Amino acid sequence: MQKFDVIIIGAGPAGLAAAIYTARAALSTLVIDESSAGGQVKTTHQVANYPGFVEPVAGHELAGNMRKQAEKYSTKFRLAADITALYLSDQEKWVELDDEDKYTAEFVIIATGSSPRLLNIPGEQEYKGSGISYCATCDGEFYKDKDIFVIGGGNSAMEESLLLLQFVKSITVIHQFDELQAEKITADKVTTNPKVNILWSHEPRAFYKRENVMVLEAENLKTNKRIRLERDGIFIFVGLVPNSAFLKDTPIQLTKYGYVITGPRMETNIASVYAAGDIRDKKHRQITIAVGDGTVAALEVIHKV
Amino acid sequence: MLQTNLEHIESEEQLKELIENNEKVAVCCGRMGPMCIPVYDIFEIFQEKYPDIQFWDMDFDIPDASIIKGLPECRKFWGLPYTIYYRNGKVMKATSSIQSAKEIKSIINDVFA
Repeated sequence: MQKFDVIIIGAGPAGLAAAIYTARAALSTLVIDESSAGGQVKTTHQVANYPGFVEPVAGHELAGNMRKQAEKYSTKFRLAADITALYLSDQEKWVELDDEDKYTAEFVIIATGSSPRLLNIPGEQEYKGSGISYCATCDGEFYKDKDIFVIGGGNSAMEESLLLLQFVKSITVIHQFDELQAEKITADKVTTNPKVNILWSHEPRAFYKRENVMVLEAENLKTNKRIRLERDGIFIFVGLVPNSAFLKDTPIQLTKYGYVITGPRMETNIASVYAAGDIRDKKHRQITIAVGDGTVAALEVIHKV
Repeated sequence: MLQTNLEHIESEEQLKELIENNEKVAVCCGRMGPMCIPVYDIFEIFQEKYPDIQFWDMDFDIPDASIIKGLPECRKFWGLPYTIYYRNGKVMKATSSIQSAKEIKSIINDVFA
């Protein structure tokens, strides 16, 4: 079992900010992530609201710099590594990875963030990349002059719809409520576009493919009646889910939605275990806030050592 | 030009030579977009973990990327990146859109075992 002063689970902005602080304070720091470093930032096309950058910075560049900065101060990384066992108690903390390497530390910072929500309905996995997409920037041009569905009515759905409108012939928005949840200024730009129509109070139940056409089976949430509609493609933007499944067998307190409950100093209900970034139960989720959370958690650790 | 730490395939000839001379080759053909970057990153990490596999990328927008786009396995792909796994010069598996580290690991264990 290898021992570190701090184990940080999650290599997004919160985890990397925490690592920069703890490593600079000469605490041996290990960062573990099931993917690569950068969290959701690395998949953000451009970041325009991160202080210090006059011009928008590419998300992957910002994420890459955060990682390099943490590495510069001797942070160790275990990336693309799955946690197979996790033990967290007031007295003892350890993590085991899929290659059976085991690590222990006096302090643990959980910073696993959140991920785009999947619908988890039949056909979604099967047609990912061949009719179902999650990224307008990436795949919009495949649907030039095509008719598509957009699933979702929040900010990301409307922002991505605006991008898609540059390419597609029409968008049918499928939304579970009677009104959009997106900010009005963005929602108005979409809803007033003549290429857009909205199917309110409907939720997808399955996706099929008929030759080259995607078929959506949707349920009217008021009448429970199911309908089948056809379009050339489907874009899904239905919010985020916390990456907290790996905590289910630990005593860490979560909200009913799966977010970690913390105090103002990022402390969880387990001594010397902190949570930072989008995994925390809080109102606002921004890169700057995640970085702030990671900093607070790291400073708490540093002051306790 | 892709801004990754992977080696870039820049021509059809280069890809042909690569798959002729190496038993196990994985190529991620995409752009610097949100669905592609995570796959490049995982490839970079896996270069160390799987030294017997050649991990490369290819810019989706260069004319020679037609060698990937034209593969029968990619005919129905409508999502970036296109990721192709070759063994002894043959396409063993092709995926469209983002893949997680776990998914890529599973494919590698399956086609390159």
